[in-house]
Amino acid sequence: MQYKVLIIDDEPLARSMVLEYLQDFPQLQVLEECGNGFEGVKAIQQHTPDLIFLDIQMPKITGFEMLELLEEPPAVIFTTAFDEYAVQAFEQNAVDYLLKPFSKQRFAKAIHKWMEQDQSNTTPVTEQLLKAAAHHPLQSDRIVVKNGSKISIIPVQDIHYLEAADDYVKIVTAAGSFLKKQTMSFFEDTLNASSFVRTHRSYMVQVQQITRIDPYEKENHVAVLRSGIKIPVSRAGYPKLKAMLGL
Amino acid sequence: MAVSPFRSRQFMIPFSICWFAWISMQHLALYTMGMNWFEALTDSLVSNTLLIYVSMLLFTILRFYLPRTNTVITLFIWIILLTTGWFFASDMILNLIFNKDSHYQTLLANTWPVRFAIGFLINGCVSLVGYAYFNWQERTDTEQKKNEAEKLSKEAELYKLRQQLQPHFLFNALNSINALIGSRPAEAREMVQQLSDFLRTTLRKDEQQWIKLEDEIQSLQLYLDIEKVRFGHRLHTQLEMESGALAMQLPALLLQPLVENAIKFGLYDTTDELRIYMLAKTINGQLEITVENPFDASTAQGQKGTGFGLSSVQRRLYLMFGRNDLLQTTVKENIFSTTVIIPQPIATNK
Repeated sequence: MQYKVLIIDDEPLARSMVLEYLQDFPQLQVLEECGNGFEGVKAIQQHTPDLIFLDIQMPKITGFEMLELLEEPPAVIFTTAFDEYAVQAFEQNAVDYLLKPFSKQRFAKAIHKWMEQDQSNTTPVTEQLLKAAAHHPLQSDRIVVKNGSKISIIPVQDIHYLEAADDYVKIVTAAGSFLKKQTMSFFEDTLNASSFVRTHRSYMVQVQQITRIDPYEKENHVAVLRSGIKIPVSRAGYPKLKAMLGL
Repeated sequence: MAVSPFRSRQFMIPFSICWFAWISMQHLALYTMGMNWFEALTDSLVSNTLLIYVSMLLFTILRFYLPRTNTVITLFIWIILLTTGWFFASDMILNLIFNKDSHYQTLLANTWPVRFAIGFLINGCVSLVGYAYFNWQERTDTEQKKNEAEKLSKEAELYKLRQQLQPHFLFNALNSINALIGSRPAEAREMVQQLSDFLRTTLRKDEQQWIKLEDEIQSLQLYLDIEKVRFGHRLHTQLEMESGALAMQLPALLLQPLVENAIKFGLYDTTDELRIYMLAKTINGQLEITVENPFDASTAQGQKGTGFGLSSVQRRLYLMFGRNDLLQTTVKENIFSTTVIIPQPIATNK
């Protein structure tokens, strides 16, 4: 059986290293080498590989952010120089991680581990992984979204509010709104709890954007943002919001 | 800034007692000279209250403009001017209060040389005390700053070492070497050499405070060579140095963080080729170094992620020179540039 493989790393020598070690595994066929996450997304959509070797720190978007942009991420073996401590958080979630520089034996072990795994179902694992990664300082202050083939990086401080929309979350900023396939609870977990508050089952607001809170109907409220937009505040959300504003 | 002693109760209590004693003494002196007790008291109160203000003014002047040895004459002139001012002011006020009392006015007119001399003496004493006090405070301040500077440069060195031994530089370099061993062993050998030389210079540097730009450039070049092997054709560097600048000095391990920062930001902020440009020149006898890197304004988060890199350089410069304006960053279109000005050490410093 032949497997399709991609190597995504911004250092050419690091890619050639993986390529060299892969010579021992003729059943793994390298379809493309990519130098950054943008190329990676494109190549993954084009080739739908079974396995990718992925560096974490790369130009513009990190390896994790690249994975977030994929509808169905492939199995991942990380190749990184991140210190062990930082990688431990991701250990249980990836197929494996290889700390640079890694040996041929270690590399072979990772490949075997992947082959023994159930290759049909990697999505839940990847979800867990991305949640862990989103807390990392490398990317905790921004969100990467994809619209068609256009990839945008949104600084977290630019966000006005988030709104749930079926399987997606709408991220609204001054520059427009973006859709990301994600859940509200994911953002509730990963966004800085001191600047965002979930005012409603379907809404999360950047506290700094709020100019005032108006009563609405009987026992509900709305938060009015600087942009003039009114965000519903539920009965459960109101005390949370008040606490955040120190009222 | 020196703290005014007028803020502390410890100082104010004896200070007030002294002034009361002084007022009573003058009162007594004038009384024995033939004034009645009311005239003597008013005279003493008016002239001494004014004198307090003049002394405090002198003190405040000293607090903000502590004269150096060669400018003590200005202080002297200040004392004379203020004493004269005080003298005429109190004379005028007293004459106004007792404008019908010719007996008092004669006495007042007769005592002017004594009054002036006493006022001058007191102001002189106050200035002397103030001078000593603020000088002492400045010295403790400098001492404290120096200690802090030493501590911080030590920390910076440690940080540097840790940084250089950290995954992103060392492990990636080792990984590149590992890759080269298979395909291009000669290059692998060369890179091992560069890496060793670089680590050696960094380890050696921590003993010296000041270093010649020429030497700093050498180790910087090693660092850049290693990074170039890692990033291949993506990284281009151009170092320009005016001939005079090479012999100038800069604090050890100051330039490296700037270039590292530029590379890190450049490399992770664009997917294109990266050009790092550095220019060192002499301006008014100071060394000025500019480092430029491309960046993407739409995604770079105000370079706030640079965190320790630039802010530690800024802090070190402040502690060494007491100035906050030596490190400047500017953004022009898609070029981020950092300029650092380094005042040269005086010849007595090593």
